[in-house]
Amino acid sequence: MAVKVQVTSVIQKAVDGQREFDAEGGTVAELIDNIDTRYPGFRGQVADDSGELHRFVNIYLNDEDIRFLGGKDTQVSDGDTISFLPALAGGA
Amino acid sequence: MTNSNGTSNSAAPASGALAPEEVMRYSRHIIMPQVGSEGQRKLRDASVLVVGAGGLGGPVALYLALAGVGTIGITEFDVVDLSNLQRQILHQTADVDKPKLQSAKESLLAYNPNVTVVEHPMPITSDNAMDIIPNYDIVVNGADNFATRYLVNDACYLAGKTLVDGAILLFDGQLTVYKPGMGCYRCLYPDPPPPGLVPSCAEAGVLGAITGIVGSMQATEVFKQILDIGEPMVNRLLLIDALSMQFREMKLRRDPACPLCGDNPTVTELIDYDAFCGSPPIEVPVPAAAGASS
Repeated sequence: MAVKVQVTSVIQKAVDGQREFDAEGGTVAELIDNIDTRYPGFRGQVADDSGELHRFVNIYLNDEDIRFLGGKDTQVSDGDTISFLPALAGGA
Repeated sequence: MTNSNGTSNSAAPASGALAPEEVMRYSRHIIMPQVGSEGQRKLRDASVLVVGAGGLGGPVALYLALAGVGTIGITEFDVVDLSNLQRQILHQTADVDKPKLQSAKESLLAYNPNVTVVEHPMPITSDNAMDIIPNYDIVVNGADNFATRYLVNDACYLAGKTLVDGAILLFDGQLTVYKPGMGCYRCLYPDPPPPGLVPSCAEAGVLGAITGIVGSMQATEVFKQILDIGEPMVNRLLLIDALSMQFREMKLRRDPACPLCGDNPTVTELIDYDAFCGSPPIEVPVPAAAGASS
């Protein structure tokens, strides 16, 4: 199941400098596993050692925050877009 | 500044007729039916606090001043550094080592002497935030660290003030508007990242022009709030990628479990935000010209 993945600058370095790429998986957790297999270290950007998602990185299924859906068990479908969005604090 | 009745104390009389100089100066706004003479008077009567006079705060304050927003408060404690001048439009080469607040005020008044610039020459902290924020109609966030962002978020919610929020890093920008009771920064990001995990602009860099894009959008949201026009960026998070020049919008919801604005709040007063974020306290630099901070 091909899902489009979008990341912002902070995570870009963990995925070979890409802003957008395809990944496979039926849930957000499976998608993260798939991305981490291809880009080792990616999981650490979005989750802790126990696999719990960081609360300072938001993950969106299309335009909806997955915390308001099924969290990491949120189902994803062909053609969906998953976005990883870490907090930014820059202002100066 | 807003008094206890919610009306304005700006230099010009509230709701008074616009002077001929004001009619001419603001004619490109006044001619638009969404603004008109009444809207221009609303702008003149409004008071807006800008947190920080740097990359975001600069364009925000500049466009507020140009538009004739009557009272512009600025919190800023830093001094102008040469490395600021790649993006911070209120400061010029001759301002290096001056207090940013002084340089910002001089620039704003040079553009529009009709506005009042209120100086808050200190970091905004848990000790002073509730003395400052309640005096303004709207707050704009141009902070450059997580501790200040959570502090300003909490103080605005507790004071019942709308917060126009923006953030930048590298080629990315974010924009949203928090209205009390309709979601807040803690709903968006419940916890701050551990120190060092998300780099700052000083550590990772930032495109100078992205500060102008996001800051101008923040100023636009302030105008919409004051004039009560358009659709505010409430419950919406705009993501800007300057490299692809793509703009995307995400839903931003109030979290019923939010410790500040949720159904059972546990944050009912300001806390120690340095401890919350695990960050060291802000160090206030000493200006090169002693006593120059006013």
